[in-house]
Amino acid sequence: MTVIAVEKDPDRLRMVITNEFEVGPEQVWQLWADPRLLERWWGPPGYPATFVEHDLSPDGHARYYMTGPDGEQYHGLWKVVAAEPPSKIEVRDRFADQDGNPDQSLPESGFEVRISAIEDGADRTRMVVNSTFASLADMEKILEMGAEEGMRQAFGQIDALLADGVA
Amino acid sequence: MAQGYSVSELARCYTTSFAAIQKHVALLEAAGLVTKEPRGREQIVRGDARALDQARCLLDQLEAVWRERLGRFEETLKESMKGKTE
Repeated sequence: MTVIAVEKDPDRLRMVITNEFEVGPEQVWQLWADPRLLERWWGPPGYPATFVEHDLSPDGHARYYMTGPDGEQYHGLWKVVAAEPPSKIEVRDRFADQDGNPDQSLPESGFEVRISAIEDGADRTRMVVNSTFASLADMEKILEMGAEEGMRQAFGQIDALLADGVA
Repeated sequence: MAQGYSVSELARCYTTSFAAIQKHVALLEAAGLVTKEPRGREQIVRGDARALDQARCLLDQLEAVWRERLGRFEETLKESMKGKTE
């Protein structure tokens, strides 16, 4: 695991998570910049993401959906607030409908990613992800949506166990 | 802060300006972490301990989500490097 520090600030509804990798910043940036690589890690287990639009320039958008075990789709939308390849990207992430339009009834969250070389001669990179929420109610709703997906997945596994005659 | 303070009482305890504290309190109120109620001409600010507990709990969940995601990030990074050197 490459996480070296996690700072949680309940007063400001904010979490900063710091990682270090044994490669150069350009390689780390590629995991955000290349949609085919991004798809391999963005969605939770059992919910792979597919990016149908991916423009990480300032004021750009990315549209994606995650496909659940039963084929159901959960759409999301990134609005790029700031981007400075290969060192910074700031995104507003929100839920979207089946056509990829933002779902105004659900809250948005934000995250900022900073990627920098660690100046010690070796090819090493620090990546800092800063997640923020506008309100406690927003944070609760967003995490609840994610937890529901996790719950469905757990139920799916129980179903599989029952089908196998294990449980 | 369960007992509650007015903004001017808070301002007396900190070196920050009254305006800065007022702004910070407004942010905390918008986030649902403090409540304000009038007392005469002043607003009494009270920290919401349950809201803060909930914020902590939700941040723990968020940490778990990102730790998992960053685990996959690392795997993908390794695989992408392997593809380059081969």
